[in-house]
Amino acid sequence: MDASVSAQAQPFHSARDVIAVRTLSLAYGSGVNAVLALKNIDFSIGDGEFVSVVGPSGCGKSTLLKILAGLLPPTSGEAFLKGTPIRGARRDIGVVFQTPVLFPWRSVLQNVMLPSDVQRLDKTEMRARAMDLVNLVGLNGFENRYPRELSGGMQQRVGIIRALIHDPAILLMDEPFGALDAMTRESMNVELQRIWMERRKTVLFITHSTAEAVFLADRVIVMTARPGEIADEFAVDLPRPRNLDVMNTETFGAYVKRIRAALNADGGLD
Amino acid sequence: MGTVRNFVLRLLLIGAVLAVWEFGVGFFKIPQFILPSPTNVFRALYNGFASGLYLPHIGTTLTETIYGFVVGTVLAFMLGTAVALSRKIEYFLYPFIVMFQAMPKVALAPLIIVWFGLGLTSKVVNAALVAFFPLMVNTIVGLRSAEEDRVNLMRSLAASRWQIFWMLQLPNALPYIFAGLEIAMIFALIGAIVAEFVGAEKGLGMLIQSMNFTMDVAGQFSVLLILSVLGLLLNGIVAYTRRRVLFWDTSRDADAASKSQGQKQGGAV
Repeated sequence: MDASVSAQAQPFHSARDVIAVRTLSLAYGSGVNAVLALKNIDFSIGDGEFVSVVGPSGCGKSTLLKILAGLLPPTSGEAFLKGTPIRGARRDIGVVFQTPVLFPWRSVLQNVMLPSDVQRLDKTEMRARAMDLVNLVGLNGFENRYPRELSGGMQQRVGIIRALIHDPAILLMDEPFGALDAMTRESMNVELQRIWMERRKTVLFITHSTAEAVFLADRVIVMTARPGEIADEFAVDLPRPRNLDVMNTETFGAYVKRIRAALNADGGLD
Repeated sequence: MGTVRNFVLRLLLIGAVLAVWEFGVGFFKIPQFILPSPTNVFRALYNGFASGLYLPHIGTTLTETIYGFVVGTVLAFMLGTAVALSRKIEYFLYPFIVMFQAMPKVALAPLIIVWFGLGLTSKVVNAALVAFFPLMVNTIVGLRSAEEDRVNLMRSLAASRWQIFWMLQLPNALPYIFAGLEIAMIFALIGAIVAEFVGAEKGLGMLIQSMNFTMDVAGQFSVLLILSVLGLLLNGIVAYTRRRVLFWDTSRDADAASKSQGQKQGGAV
């Protein structure tokens, strides 16, 4: 892969926004008991862009993902996927959850092919595609194994390529490495960057780790809690492919500091 | 490492119990119509088979049990599925379910004999009735136990209600369903025997009754032995099928939970 092609962060507005979120708000409950989980969220994601959303727990970032996945209707405002409003689940979205959410009765290959089975896509073609993806994440030889035979990191890799099988317009990732140990998590970050650089998917990546957010993203959106609001938004200008050493550079430190500052202004990472 | 030794110890214990039983009966001169000695029980068992008396009765009880099991579990699965998938159906059926669940189903046997006669039908109906509830309850619990994340995954893929059922809820419920089937199998045998007690022309339950009237206690013991072997065999078939189908199931916890659910049912056979 030519690093320079994939390296450049997209600017704040792109001619072809894959995701556009306009004055989105969501309240749980109603009347006096209503809790505002998201307040006036506004952002967009360009084609092929990797955007991290970082914030403390309870800032509504998982709620935001649920709305974008069509699992939850917003109270007001609207979210658009390629120009059409998101109302209900869409077939061109891939979601990666906090846990791998694999079906234990399906083999690795069958798990990867779940979306294509649901959407009744061509079996032979999808099988070849699934094998491609299995190879991409280095799980060749494991395609006929069952989830219980895999380590946590391997399981989450299956979760990621499952979200890619039906070639979605956007990949929504909800703290996908939160349940992994620190070492596995770092290598998964490098792995995810490699997959992203090869497949050039548009990604919305939700995390509560400031380092993870900066390491992976072209652009970082910082959210604060109660109500969930966007506190800061900036582009990350670090060349790709990034390796773990980038975390020790001054520029990287400055980005992390900027996230902290935005969060501290709001009362810190409680 | 100690497994062979334990196995031998286990056999020795069984042998010791039988020996104490045998010599105790002789030593205390216990009459054979109160407690027969093991040798007499085995003699009765041998004679029963050699004379050709037992086999037809075994066939009858086995037929009743299996028909009852099939009818009861098929209906239980269908109704359990309907209840699990539709809050409306659950709402309207709930009073009936609660009433029947609390009732000892075997208490219905006399009525069922009156309604369906002394033949095969009444036994099948009774066996089905007793086998019905453990599976229905486990089907409902199993179908509703799908993790929220897995349901969200299916929904995010725009899966239809039907696809969520076939691809997620049903396979997810299988450990519960098989636990229910194992209980239902034994319950069906109980249901068949009890119905035979109340009124029958053939079957092992009827045989026990008639032996009781002639004070053939050794014969009764031999039939009890046959019944427990039948129970083990029937349960073994379900357990074997379960291991083949549920090769992926490692969570014995969910299993145990659903089993105790079913066993709670057991109080109300």
